[in-house]
Amino acid sequence: MNAKERGRRRFFKEGVALAGLAAMGPLASRAQTIESEAAAARPKDARNLYGERSRFETSGRVREDQKYRDVWFTPLQDLEGIITPSALHFSNVHYGIPDIDPRQHRLMIHGLVDHPLIFTMEELKRLPSVSRIHTIECVTNNTRSVSKDAKTVAQTHGDIACSEWSGVPLSLLLREAGLQKGGSWVVAESADGGKRVRCIPLEKAMDDVLLAYAQNGEAVRPEQGYPLRFLVPGWEGNINVKYLRRLKVVDRPYLARIPRPPAKGHWEWEQPVRSAITYPSGEQRLAGRGFYQISGFAWSGGGAIRRLEVSTDGGRTWKDAQLQEPVFRKALTRFRMDWNWNGEEAVLQSRATDELGNVQPTMAEFNKTPHDNQELLGPDRLPTHGNPIHSWKVTQEGTVQNAFA
Amino acid sequence: MHLLNWRVVSGEWRVASEPGARATGASIPHPTQDLTPLVRALALAALTVLCSLLPVSSLAQTPTYGLGRTPTAEEIRAWDIAISPAGTELPPGSGTAKEGAQVYAQKCAACHGATGTEGPRNRLVGGKGSRQIVAYQFATPLWDIINRSMPYDKQGSLTANEVYAVTAFLLQRNGFIQETDVMDAKSLPKVKMATH
Repeated sequence: MNAKERGRRRFFKEGVALAGLAAMGPLASRAQTIESEAAAARPKDARNLYGERSRFETSGRVREDQKYRDVWFTPLQDLEGIITPSALHFSNVHYGIPDIDPRQHRLMIHGLVDHPLIFTMEELKRLPSVSRIHTIECVTNNTRSVSKDAKTVAQTHGDIACSEWSGVPLSLLLREAGLQKGGSWVVAESADGGKRVRCIPLEKAMDDVLLAYAQNGEAVRPEQGYPLRFLVPGWEGNINVKYLRRLKVVDRPYLARIPRPPAKGHWEWEQPVRSAITYPSGEQRLAGRGFYQISGFAWSGGGAIRRLEVSTDGGRTWKDAQLQEPVFRKALTRFRMDWNWNGEEAVLQSRATDELGNVQPTMAEFNKTPHDNQELLGPDRLPTHGNPIHSWKVTQEGTVQNAFA
Repeated sequence: MHLLNWRVVSGEWRVASEPGARATGASIPHPTQDLTPLVRALALAALTVLCSLLPVSSLAQTPTYGLGRTPTAEEIRAWDIAISPAGTELPPGSGTAKEGAQVYAQKCAACHGATGTEGPRNRLVGGKGSRQIVAYQFATPLWDIINRSMPYDKQGSLTANEVYAVTAFLLQRNGFIQETDVMDAKSLPKVKMATH
């Protein structure tokens, strides 16, 4: 559209608007003023522009007080299906939430590449894109499950969420810039105050990493990295750098320690296979004996969930639960199992197996193996990358509690 | 590869965007007999173009989409704050543990404790586990994180000398260097750190 045509269109639009005002003239003078009518109409219009849930729905994220980090857990017990609504996506904020104007935001790719490039968001969005369903899980997820404060499944396992992410494959951008010989790691850096930085091996970078600008069909939320975030499927959440502004291809890991060599392509940052029963779960109450459908989530940073077993007797006997199709790799998988509660005390457990054959250990098995990083989190926490089977105790009164076992 | 791939498919000309992909796109009607020499000439010309393009594209890695622009050397320099364990990107400046003790007391102790062990935030001196500074196998990442992320409420406010000094202070407290050792772009990458 040329300038002349734009001008003509604007004239036409404004002309119509003016005509409309003229027509409303007598009506406006008879009632109050046009402005007050518009103000009265605004709230309703706003709801139409961007929908709101029913006023009877109150599910919200669960706050954990930490002095230097805002942590908000996903209320897993309130979710259905496998997609986490963006407004309920867990959030760990380290350096505040920057207010980034996407028109000002840039992504630079440089280092060991033939063509260093700098992109506007508009240019990035013109590149071929993909959409994929994946979890993001904080490395500290599941570590609080034995803390005395962890009463609900949001508190035991709520540092995870699953979304449909859309954006540009990192592999495409690396090819576009032209990888140079010797380029073997990729540094990713944020635009927020802390300029957080992570470094991933080229092998992962060329596999399934995305530069995501959309989450569940709309722009990534500011708490999740608006306008652009690193999405590193299956790996520790902190590596999924938000507010992504720079990628540098380098010749070695820019890390404080030499990473452990990967075991068959699985690096130390991959999240383990886990699961949690979300119904019935902590702080919920069963109304009386009878039918209930046990339900929950299973997930693995190593791939797809293959099997989920449920026990209602503290692990003495197990039954296969149904997995909701389709099952996505490195994504939440919904499981369900019908259950008739006989009114007796019960201990509910779920045990997940992933496509690599990894199985969740019992708490007793888990406690037998030595673990690193315990001291950082404190004595009432499990070590990171821990994934023992979790237990909910159902009392004869029907209350459901964390069994801390 | 986004070269146009011309080929003959059952008497029709088709354009495929991916070599080896199923031929799709516009088809041109079978050429009439008297046009065949012309078509042959065209095919030969197309092949010649294809042959001359192939080696070039496989060697030079020309950008496919032509989006984005080349950043200036100054833009790259201004943004490039990630520091290699080899110290390649370290800026000029220097500092000692003695100097660093003062900066630490003023700008770090409130969160990390008077001696780096008390907290309330991350312990910086001693401790167990692979994420502690005492377990670092390289010294430069310590410089990097202080420079980019600290102090917590005023990131980026430290001068290069102050960053070298605080880095030296923490390296000395963790037993890697002496109080008078000068840390700069040359000496920092050479500090003997944790061996396992």
